[in-house]
Amino acid sequence: MSKKKKLVIGVIGADVHAVGIQILYHAFQDAGFDVTNLGVMVSQEEYIDAAIETNADAIVVSSLYGQGELDCRGMREKCDEAGLKGILLYVGGNIVIGKQNFADVEKRFKAMGFDRAFPPGTPPETTIKALKEDLKVED
Amino acid sequence: MKPILLIDFGSTYTKVTAVDGDAGELLGTAAAYTTVQTDINDGLDSALKRLFEKTGPLEFAERYACSSAAGGLRMMACGLVPELTASAARQASLGAGAKVVKVYSYQLNEDDAEEIAAQKPDIFLLAGGTDGGNSEVILHNAKVLAGVEADFPVIIAGNRSAARQCQRILEGRQTFVCENVMPRFGVLNIEPTQKKIRDVFLERIIKAKGLSRASELISGIMMPTPSAMMTAMQLLAEGCEGEKGIGDLVAVDVGGATTDVYSIADGMPRGMETVYKGLPEPYVKRTVEGDIGMRYSIHGIVEAAGMDRVCELSGLEEGRAAELIDHLAAYTETLPDTDELERLDFALASLAVETAVTRHAGTMEQAYTMMGLTYVQTGKDLRDVRQIVVTGGSLIHTRRTEEIAAHALQDPRKPMNLLPQKAKIRIDRRYILAAMGLLSRTEPQMALRIMKKELTCDGSTEQTHP
Repeated sequence: MSKKKKLVIGVIGADVHAVGIQILYHAFQDAGFDVTNLGVMVSQEEYIDAAIETNADAIVVSSLYGQGELDCRGMREKCDEAGLKGILLYVGGNIVIGKQNFADVEKRFKAMGFDRAFPPGTPPETTIKALKEDLKVED
Repeated sequence: MKPILLIDFGSTYTKVTAVDGDAGELLGTAAAYTTVQTDINDGLDSALKRLFEKTGPLEFAERYACSSAAGGLRMMACGLVPELTASAARQASLGAGAKVVKVYSYQLNEDDAEEIAAQKPDIFLLAGGTDGGNSEVILHNAKVLAGVEADFPVIIAGNRSAARQCQRILEGRQTFVCENVMPRFGVLNIEPTQKKIRDVFLERIIKAKGLSRASELISGIMMPTPSAMMTAMQLLAEGCEGEKGIGDLVAVDVGGATTDVYSIADGMPRGMETVYKGLPEPYVKRTVEGDIGMRYSIHGIVEAAGMDRVCELSGLEEGRAAELIDHLAAYTETLPDTDELERLDFALASLAVETAVTRHAGTMEQAYTMMGLTYVQTGKDLRDVRQIVVTGGSLIHTRRTEEIAAHALQDPRKPMNLLPQKAKIRIDRRYILAAMGLLSRTEPQMALRIMKKELTCDGSTEQTHP
């Protein structure tokens, strides 16, 4: 089988923003990742189940409707519980309501166990670069 | 005239159906008790004797059989995540006509190993992991299975990266490697495994179950009875060359111990505003409700539907209904020969149909999002299905079949259950469906014509929920 690093992606919660995740899917595929796209309205359990079956290296959570903080709470603990100890967890998008200082937001998501958090308007290239760095993928 | 014999070795009855292969007509049907403990041919001979009393003596040119005798095809399976590969493994087994004893998920432990040894399944289906995905769990489970004392074949249909290693771990046991039941996330691929299950059934199980003595008389095609049923239902829905089918359908078979439901329909979301969740389901889907049956599982119906519904539909008072239900559970041969029992059986059959079809069908949830109202669908949407086929003793031996079967339709008060909204109800009064599944392998057009003629409708109009 391919030695490609495996990602599970999707839009969390009651969020139906379907276009962005498609763009990310293609961007990640083109960058050489093996991507499982769960689409929109994804629950924490769905990310975790998909990551278990596919033996994923990272879960990339998107959120665009401001409720990301609530939706992501407890996700790291659930991953640990499900045997996905140490799996790379990313989150990005409009993950909180209103204009907040992103350094604070990032701090809060890191405290929740996310390895990286990306602010609104992050180009896919930035995330790809971070993934390659964290998953030790040679270009 | 070219008489063809179609035999269904059931767990209780051996049913025979004779067809004239030249005229394409049904000659007759008959049944007798199955005799698997002694010689299976004894029961067959009695059934044939009864058949000949109706048809006169027949020289059969061809004989085909299906069987669910001696426990049917008993399978156990395991996958990784319950909703994913374990669910795919279950669907593969059910779709091959098996009786699924249990499906495990995640790592098998010592207790599971003991249970498997005690159950002695006819086949074990080992799945888990997408291709290139998790291999740790399937390898672990292969090791556990290797240590189980009982002798049963194992079909390996999990992560292809681990398949050959599983086979090596299970050396000394009969193993077969198949394509993964879920090669990629959310992609169901169960046909190759189903085909393998049927092959193993033919080669191995028939012999082990004492059915081979009968197979000497049979020209070919032995399959599990539910598999014959599914073949018949698919043919009836789709049609074949030269003969149109009746379109998407739902079929319900209410038995004494279990209730089987089949759907031949795509069932995927209709509109853009609907998001589908969970594993996609097969176009030809079978579910078996082990706790829903008219006698052995009578308490399961009451538990699932509630005593108040039983009373409401039967018109019986609660104490009396409970008393009769206990009696029927203890004396499973009881026929509904009093007015009271007839009313009770009507209520129970209606609720068995309602419960089993509701579980088989998908559900729709409403979700309020920033973009407005959105629907989340899980499982198959059967609302547009317009044909319902019913079979099983409790349904075909009553005059109120149509009323009972209408419980397979959507209750307007429960719009989130995706059952057919209105449908024509076709009744298998002469119990020929499995036989037509057998016949369809060689004579699809004839089987289809006979079904279209023999499956009678009481009313000519589409029914709605009562």
